[in-house]
Amino acid sequence: MTWLNPGESEALSLSLSVAARSVILSLPLALLLAWLLTRRRFPGRTLLDAFVHLPLVLPPVMVGYLLLLLFGSRGPIGSWLERAFGVELIFTRNGAALATAIMSFPLMVRAMRISLENVDRGLEEAARTLGAGAIDRFATVTLPLMLPGVLAGAITAFSASLGEFGAVITFVSNIPGETRTLPLALYSALQTPDGDTAAARLACISFVLGLSGLLLSEWFARRVRRMLGR
Amino acid sequence: MMLSVAVKKRRGSFSLDALFELPTPGVVALFGRSGCGKSTLVNVIAGLLDADAGRVALDDMVLLDSERRLCVPPERRRIGYVFQDARLFPHLSVASNLKFGEARAPAQHYVTLDTVAGLLDLGSLMNRRTHQLSGGERQRVAIGRALLSQPNLLLLDEPLASIDAARRGELLPYLETLRDQLNIPMVYVSHDFDEVLRLATYIVLMESGKTIAQGGVAEMSLNKELRLIIGADAVGAIVDGTVLGTDPSSGLTRVKVGHGELKVHTAKPALGTKLRVQLLARDLIVATQPPRNLSVRNILAGVITAVTSDDADSDLIAIDIGATLIMARVTKAATRELGLAAGLPAWALVKAVSLRSHSFAAPPAISISPPGA
Repeated sequence: MTWLNPGESEALSLSLSVAARSVILSLPLALLLAWLLTRRRFPGRTLLDAFVHLPLVLPPVMVGYLLLLLFGSRGPIGSWLERAFGVELIFTRNGAALATAIMSFPLMVRAMRISLENVDRGLEEAARTLGAGAIDRFATVTLPLMLPGVLAGAITAFSASLGEFGAVITFVSNIPGETRTLPLALYSALQTPDGDTAAARLACISFVLGLSGLLLSEWFARRVRRMLGR
Repeated sequence: MMLSVAVKKRRGSFSLDALFELPTPGVVALFGRSGCGKSTLVNVIAGLLDADAGRVALDDMVLLDSERRLCVPPERRRIGYVFQDARLFPHLSVASNLKFGEARAPAQHYVTLDTVAGLLDLGSLMNRRTHQLSGGERQRVAIGRALLSQPNLLLLDEPLASIDAARRGELLPYLETLRDQLNIPMVYVSHDFDEVLRLATYIVLMESGKTIAQGGVAEMSLNKELRLIIGADAVGAIVDGTVLGTDPSSGLTRVKVGHGELKVHTAKPALGTKLRVQLLARDLIVATQPPRNLSVRNILAGVITAVTSDDADSDLIAIDIGATLIMARVTKAATRELGLAAGLPAWALVKAVSLRSHSFAAPPAISISPPGA
């Protein structure tokens, strides 16, 4: 990437790495929650639903602050993670991934829920009469049929992760090479005297990245729809 | 070998109360008007719906017994289910759909992909996607898929209902082939009596969630309750006759029915095969003396066994033509004037054109049975 300077390519690859970690971290959990909220009736379901959607309505800075309280080195979960596994989240890219995962989680769950609601239960019944148990049915019928939603959810969450600012800067700060993702680099450039050109270039990179994500998502969705014959 | 079902289920204001026990193999037709609970009953047999109470057993294999708190889940019942809307998996090819159940069946396979492809003409469809199939093709694949799961019982829930009328005739012969060549017990749900007439060996009548009568087709064709469902004009004895040969002068097929003989139009059935004939009650003419000098070619001699009132104007006359009952509808005035009564000899006249006949149980070219059947 000769047309990007070292700082820009560092921010770009860090952003991609954080977004990828974030998606990998949240994908299985989002799938489980989408399934629970769509298919199960249990006490506290509405509350859980609201809880999943909270990041959409809370100020990102507040989410970052909560993460600091819980996952900071003196927070209950953070100190346990460090003692038990030697995992440090605060001021690290894994911490940035956690923050973006939480912020983009509702988007992912939502996309999966919509596609799961559209899965014909009759097909699952058919699989059942053909001898497929619960896990078998989910893996061979339900999951393939909701694949468009899973992909759309993953791509939307990935794109949203690339742009997350408030929660990241509050929780893991703005450390070049470790937590300075594209939006944080853009913010830093704006804070620097004569940083206008750098800011404009970073803005262009973000723009191209976001647009490619959306186009890729659309292309995927179309391919999967054709595969399913719709 | 028996299929026995005794289940109760309430769903809102609807209540299912089904009770029947019939020998297997054979095709049990669950027959009744739309909305009478046929599909609910089939779903309970398959295990897709829980019954409030009851028992379902195929021979000594108990699938549901609420007293013993036993309920085998559908995935372990070994019951093939052909749904009204086929329910093929859209993300899989035809071949993968067919293999879905086969891959999950126990090791001992008695139906192979080649057999099913042959019986249902699936060879040319194998590599297609399911959305490229016509309605009839979809159902054939669905039937093949269910058979390949090596079922002990096959449920068919109105498999022809979602197919346009013109194509139904194309699928029926396949179902007849399955009945005649596979020894798998089948439960066939329908609200179309023509399908039942062609396919069934036993009939269970359902009305408002209850099973109201059951028995062999010949016996059930004379049942009073059946008339309430299909209407007086469609009522008539259904008789499985034996083909005696072809009448050289007319080219019609000679069929032995009771002690008598009928001549019917049909496509060259082999000597000795069974031919199912329906004699509509409204098309039979009753004579109290041997008729002479008539154009009618089909005359069956017998003895009147019962005279029952059908409606305000007509009576139903049951005539035994030799271990076989047929039924004629005549006006009450005719009953009075001819003095029709049980025990009197009678001759039933039927025009060849009013017969409906279907070949039944051709000698199997191959015979495939579930293990232990």
